[in-house]
Amino acid sequence: MENLIALLIAAPLLGAALLLTGGRRLDSVGHWIGTLLSATSFVFGVILFADLLGKDAEHRTLTQHLYTWVPVESFQADVTFRLDQLSMTFVLLITGVGSLIHLYSVGYMEHDERRRRFFGYLNLFLAAMLLLVLADNYLLLYVGWEGVGLASYLLIGFWQHKPSAATAAKKAFLVNRVGDMGLSIAIMLMFTTFGTFAFGPVLGSVGDASEGKLTAIGLMLLLAACGKSAQVPLQSWLGDAMEGPTPVSALIHAATMVTAGVYLIVRSGAIFNAAPDAQLVVTVVGAVTLLFGAIVGCAKDDIKKALAGSTMSQIGYMILAAGLGPIGYVFAIMHLVTHGFFKAGLFLGAGSVMHGMNDEVDMRKYGGLRTYMPITFVTFGLGYLAIIGFPFLSGFYSKDAIIEAAFAKGGTQGWILGGVALLGAAITAFYMTRVMLMTFFGEKRWQPDENGNEPHPHESPSVMTIPMIVLAVGSVGAGFFFHLGDRFLNWLEPVTGHEEGNSPVGAGAITAATLVLLVVGAGIAYLQYGRKPVPVTAPRGSLLARAARRDLLQDDFNHVVLVRGGEHLTRSLVYVDHTLVDGVVNGTAASFGGLSGRLRRLQNGFARSYAVSMFGGAALLVAATLLMRAV
Amino acid sequence: MNPVNYLYLAALLFTIGATGVLIRRNAIVVFMCIELMLNACNLAFVVFSRMHGNLDGQIIAFFTMVVAAAEVVVGLAIIVSLFRTRHSASVDDASLMKL
Amino acid sequence: MSAQLAAYTTSTGEAFQFWVLGTVAVIGALGTVFMKKAVHSALSLAGTMIVLAVFYLANGAYFLGIVQIVVYTGAIMMLFLFVVMLVGVTAADSLKETIQGQRWLALLCGVGFGVLLLGGIGNATLTEFNGTGRANANGNVEGLAALIFTKYVFAFEITGALLITAAVGAMVLTHRERTERAKTQRELAEQRVREGKHVPPLPAPGVYARHNAVDIAGLLPDGTPSELTVNKTLRERGQIRDVSAEALNDLKALEQRAEERLERTAIEPANLKRAEEASK
Repeated sequence: MENLIALLIAAPLLGAALLLTGGRRLDSVGHWIGTLLSATSFVFGVILFADLLGKDAEHRTLTQHLYTWVPVESFQADVTFRLDQLSMTFVLLITGVGSLIHLYSVGYMEHDERRRRFFGYLNLFLAAMLLLVLADNYLLLYVGWEGVGLASYLLIGFWQHKPSAATAAKKAFLVNRVGDMGLSIAIMLMFTTFGTFAFGPVLGSVGDASEGKLTAIGLMLLLAACGKSAQVPLQSWLGDAMEGPTPVSALIHAATMVTAGVYLIVRSGAIFNAAPDAQLVVTVVGAVTLLFGAIVGCAKDDIKKALAGSTMSQIGYMILAAGLGPIGYVFAIMHLVTHGFFKAGLFLGAGSVMHGMNDEVDMRKYGGLRTYMPITFVTFGLGYLAIIGFPFLSGFYSKDAIIEAAFAKGGTQGWILGGVALLGAAITAFYMTRVMLMTFFGEKRWQPDENGNEPHPHESPSVMTIPMIVLAVGSVGAGFFFHLGDRFLNWLEPVTGHEEGNSPVGAGAITAATLVLLVVGAGIAYLQYGRKPVPVTAPRGSLLARAARRDLLQDDFNHVVLVRGGEHLTRSLVYVDHTLVDGVVNGTAASFGGLSGRLRRLQNGFARSYAVSMFGGAALLVAATLLMRAV
Repeated sequence: MNPVNYLYLAALLFTIGATGVLIRRNAIVVFMCIELMLNACNLAFVVFSRMHGNLDGQIIAFFTMVVAAAEVVVGLAIIVSLFRTRHSASVDDASLMKL
Repeated sequence: MSAQLAAYTTSTGEAFQFWVLGTVAVIGALGTVFMKKAVHSALSLAGTMIVLAVFYLANGAYFLGIVQIVVYTGAIMMLFLFVVMLVGVTAADSLKETIQGQRWLALLCGVGFGVLLLGGIGNATLTEFNGTGRANANGNVEGLAALIFTKYVFAFEITGALLITAAVGAMVLTHRERTERAKTQRELAEQRVREGKHVPPLPAPGVYARHNAVDIAGLLPDGTPSELTVNKTLRERGQIRDVSAEALNDLKALEQRAEERLERTAIEPANLKRAEEASK
């Protein structure tokens, strides 16, 4: 059974190799090859899942040693895969949602002449992501991590003829590099501390290392997670990443890749458990991002960017939960899975809307679409209800659990984190209701595009709607399914561990508060966007709204602090280099040159002159000998 | 008279010879000055031999003479060939060993 | 004799000999360095070497004394003289220094070195003074032979190799390989005819019986000297004497003497003076 693990990765990798090297021959069937291989991987995943379910909870870890990658003395890097409950969850999410999005892309990318290449990239992404979650050591994980970054770069910049897409891809790649630096430093620290980077030995011998070192490793891992999961302060790339095709946004920048950071933190839970300071920083980053993403999401008129803000915010929830330690690990992953369902569904819905609206993304030019695309409306609506935490839908269970866990952290921290999480829930309700109302309700505000084509909204083909329906079912049922009998908790607990926190507030009270805030948020949105007509051009808005429209000035901040600062630093370094370093070097060279120029005159070519030197030297030797004798 | 005076004479002759090497430009004269220095050394060796009461010093002087003879043969050959190509026996004319 | 040599001081005779001949030796050495002409230097050096030979004898090194005279003064110095003649016996060396500061540096070094050496010798405590009496008891040459063929036999053998190498080296250095057959006189004559230059034999040097030496250029009909008439080696050494003006001066001197005898007035005494100068 273990041998299937490598096949999980091999299938999409084969697809990528075929599609990227196969050439035009495969143009006509390429998308189906990609979809088929992705589905094959999913089937393998299901088989392995069934196998795991058949075993005891304690024996649900499979490892497959493929070969030894770098056998150098104590530096032993193996290509070993590890399939446990945590990896399994990710495998199913990645291959499942991935296959659905492959299917959706068949319809969405139908008119793109580079569709084969697109599927090649998607398969490459799947392979890299699977490698990331199946790796049994941090070095192999790093390979997958970089592979995911590469695939993300290729897919964001897929429409590279658009300068904005090319720039966005570059931005994503660069910001991710900062995080990658963190991961590589963390791996190096691990190696110096533990002498290995395999999960088992590292996480098993955490007790041997000092807390300071563990905190350093933890913070570096957090930096890595921030890069990949678009957390503050490395969040700036996610909004721009929406330049990629919508399936990419759904698959990579909502459901799977951005969750890699959460996976990393949960996987390295033992390190964070032993480093409370690092854990605290994780929760703070999660809480800040949660609010940041939510506020940005409120102000965006671009439907995809609003959803991107929402993604940032939801991943903030997960990071927050992961930072809570054993209280929150399970809920972080649970929210990750449910979020995978409803956010993928929402993005696919958004893609469907754009598909019918001549690729228009401005929500102010939508309106009243519910009658024109009923399936999209229903699936999107179910996703909407799930994300705001409507009772008994997926988001209700997972988000509620996180809010409870935040309060259960205890003390002032617990109150603050819990409060932020509650506030986040209210804002989520506001901005998602806003998206919903502006897109599907109200009067039509359609406008012809720059070519003068009036939009003719229509329902998308079934190849696109079927994935949306499947995901909508997941959005509705997953949470209840997981919650029933604590199935998800029991499933994951052997890997992540779990503790019941002692919340100062009762679970019922928190649920009630969440629901009240939900209604308040949605109500405000209804008052603003449901009762009043939505202006086609955005009003000037308050200072906060304007800032939020510009992503809370994240790019301005980066520009002023990093770019300008970097420029100044560079300039001063160049100045120091030119004056001081070059001065010393050139001065040394010049003084030696001058000295040599003088000394050179001794070298006049006359043998007699040299003889004088020899004779003088002999005289000095005699003098030295006499002196030595005298002494 | 103390025979050490011979050594003083040898030192004096050696110094004169060395100075001559440095200030004369005619290669033949320079060479003769070198011979003078060798002879001064020989004198010192002979006197040392007398002081120590054995013949080792004389042997060394003898070898010096042989070596000097060989040196003269080669040195004069060099001077002759140098004169043939340069039409001059001045050591300053062969000053190509510079930048 | 041996008792005297073994003493701490030498005999009065030897002291006298040392001071007289020592002075000669130093004068000879200075002459070697400061004589303008190489041949004079060589002669001065030969004198010094002979003095040194006498000192060797006085110090009991009979064999070396004889070798010094026979090999050094007799052979090596003659070799020097031979080369001096080859290079040009009359070519005087200018004592003017061309390298800046060379002379002062040389003198400074020389004086410093000499002072240090003399000081060193004066500083040395030479209490042992055995003399060569016992070492020379079986004869100086026998004693040397015994050492050379026992203790120093290797050095001696190597010296043989050195001498052979030196001989071969001297030959290699001075030998010029002829790359083609030497031209015969007939061929040379034909070449001259072909080139149209110097078809008849070169003119002989000297024009008057008084001046038929090889270093005097023959005069052309207009009275100017022709270098063609002088040997190539002399030409290259710049050793051609010009007597072109001498004939006229001689004629004038003859005329003057005739005038004096005929009691006529003298003409142009300046010319006379020049003629006297030239005749030197």
